[in-house]
Amino acid sequence: MTILQDAPPAAAAPAVRETMTMAAALNRALADALAEDDRVVVFGEDVGALGGVFRITDGLRARFGEERCFDTPLAEAGIVGTAVGMAMNGLRPVVEMQFDAFAYPALEQIVSHVAKMGNRTRGAMRLPIVIRVPYGGGIGGVEHHCDSSEAYYAHTPGLTVVSPATPQDAYALLRAAMRHPDPVVFLEPKKLYWAKGEVDTSITAELGRAVVVRPGSDVTLIAYGTSVPTALAAAEAAGAEGRSVGVVDVRTLAPFDDATVTDAVRATGRAVVVAEAPGFASVAAEIAARVGERCFSYLEAPVRRVTGFDVPYAPPKLEHHYLPDVDRILDAIDTLYPDEA
Amino acid sequence: MPRNPTHRPAHPREHPLAPGDLLPRDEPVRLLDETGASHADERYGMPPKARLLEGYRALVLGRRLNDQCTALVRQGRLAVYPSSHGQEACQVAAAMALGEGDWMFPTYRDVVAIASRGVPPAEALVLLRGDWHSGYDPARYGVAPQATPLATQLLHAVGYAHAAKLRGESTVVLAMSGDGATSEGDFHEALNFAAVFHLPVVFFVQNNGYAISVPLARQTAAPSLAHKAIGYGMPGQRVDGNDLPALLAVLDEAVERARSGGGPTLVEAHTYRMQAHTNADDDTRYRESEEVQTWVARDPLTRMRALLTSKRWLTQAREHELVAEAEAMAAGLRVAMTDEPEADPEELFRHVYATRPPALQEQWELLADELSRSEASAGSREETP
Repeated sequence: MTILQDAPPAAAAPAVRETMTMAAALNRALADALAEDDRVVVFGEDVGALGGVFRITDGLRARFGEERCFDTPLAEAGIVGTAVGMAMNGLRPVVEMQFDAFAYPALEQIVSHVAKMGNRTRGAMRLPIVIRVPYGGGIGGVEHHCDSSEAYYAHTPGLTVVSPATPQDAYALLRAAMRHPDPVVFLEPKKLYWAKGEVDTSITAELGRAVVVRPGSDVTLIAYGTSVPTALAAAEAAGAEGRSVGVVDVRTLAPFDDATVTDAVRATGRAVVVAEAPGFASVAAEIAARVGERCFSYLEAPVRRVTGFDVPYAPPKLEHHYLPDVDRILDAIDTLYPDEA
Repeated sequence: MPRNPTHRPAHPREHPLAPGDLLPRDEPVRLLDETGASHADERYGMPPKARLLEGYRALVLGRRLNDQCTALVRQGRLAVYPSSHGQEACQVAAAMALGEGDWMFPTYRDVVAIASRGVPPAEALVLLRGDWHSGYDPARYGVAPQATPLATQLLHAVGYAHAAKLRGESTVVLAMSGDGATSEGDFHEALNFAAVFHLPVVFFVQNNGYAISVPLARQTAAPSLAHKAIGYGMPGQRVDGNDLPALLAVLDEAVERARSGGGPTLVEAHTYRMQAHTNADDDTRYRESEEVQTWVARDPLTRMRALLTSKRWLTQAREHELVAEAEAMAAGLRVAMTDEPEADPEELFRHVYATRPPALQEQWELLADELSRSEASAGSREETP
């Protein structure tokens, strides 16, 4: 079939509401976008016959054909660089980087072109590209398979950086990313790929919006990706100890939703930022700084961070020491109450 | 640009080219010798008279544009200018080889090619003047923004061509680079993707001998840059880069191959950067003036003028007309460059995202406040006697 003209979208895919894994939700989002908009093309390494090493593109080639979902040579700069040219010519490429650390060869294309083309051309040439990156650890992966690389992208003006924490958000945020006029780095927390949750495909999500996923009146935990369920578990445990701890899921790391986070912290006066990446010069550091600037007179205690250590990601047998866990978050919450020590 | 729907074969050629068909010639293709006498070639014919005259006009305008830009740098009207003086035949041929719906992906040294493709010189110089990062609407001219990181644009060119193929359009994409860029990883990835997906791309390398100060011998040990093509499974060809008829013949063939579904080609033009890398460079530190002088004798304009004059296709009256046209263009450019438009500081925030995020709006308000306070204090100083 010869396809991919600027035709209006085909009829929307029928809505479903069922329990599924995050991997299945992402797969459905890709399939629904491919079905509705023939400008969408999906490509990368092993995304065709294999369906991706995490099976996120499973069945897409069979259903939509080799022109819409295809394998490329093994070259990340080539994948992202050709996506730039495709977007310049009217397509909406969705590319898969196989693992976080394997995306680094594409960093020049992402930083110098994906992020800047719209600005460079004064808006004449915006690039609606989605770069999907499985990221983060907690899966027993060997070196180069567990990086939390979000700061590299979030630091780059022009990029929108998104990370879902639930199957519902995975579906809705990926759909929003694929409709977005600007490039989106879509970070998929691979530890949560097989976590299940209900997905209603008729629910939409807006990029640039954080969400309060658990209300609380004493402390606000601010997290994203894999750290959200960890933060929720810590909030539950703190609740058992008599503290009302809320959780904000950032969802869009950049541009950052100051309003939602600021409102939540002002209501509690105490904040802990939780993230897996090394803390130095990190997204967690930026969030802590913004909360400090905007909430200083409301704060009962300094903003704390619970992050990965400033070391290269740990080997599988040591990663449980590296990753933020419930106890480390609870310890940080305790430090917000120095008088009780 | 108008789109040109066409049927393109869905599958690569049934009979892949034999390795011998992928190799370039031992010597660059040449249709003019150094005196401008024409030189018959068994495969590449001399382009017709009208095309040669059109090309000569573009050469005259291109040389004048280069020299005017160099003068504008000296006057402080341009921040920097990487001149293509001596490479104008490559610049002109790049533009002439393409049709209306085709695309060019140029570098910072390709201002003359961009202008030859129809972009007004003042718009082509916005990057080098420092007003903004690019000054023209790419889709209006079929010219991508000028790339300064050397090889990244080659992948954009390949992606553009891939989309054209998927959309069933007959677009051909010319991907431009210099000899230094062939050492970059993106050059390799671009040629590999173009060949694997059998895309309508012509890779056009202007080998001018130097990457700033580093000579070609430090970029490659290959017999020629065009020899790299066989490693990707595409044809490569070498051409005298100061010979406009040969450039047109070789590029025309490559464009036709791309348009008819024959896939990509790598063309290496052997030329010479007659001037320093930019005004900020001192080329006496790395090359001898004798070397530069040997290339003066191969000047692309001189050779074309000799050819056209010997055939009596170029009269003195026509030559005067062309000089007058070039002077008028240069005068217009000087006026455009003298006129300093007020740079709008809000533009810094306007195009980063399609919708301005609240944090960027806050930052713009901060800057706007700074500006209004500095204006107010300037005003109060003026009132003070």
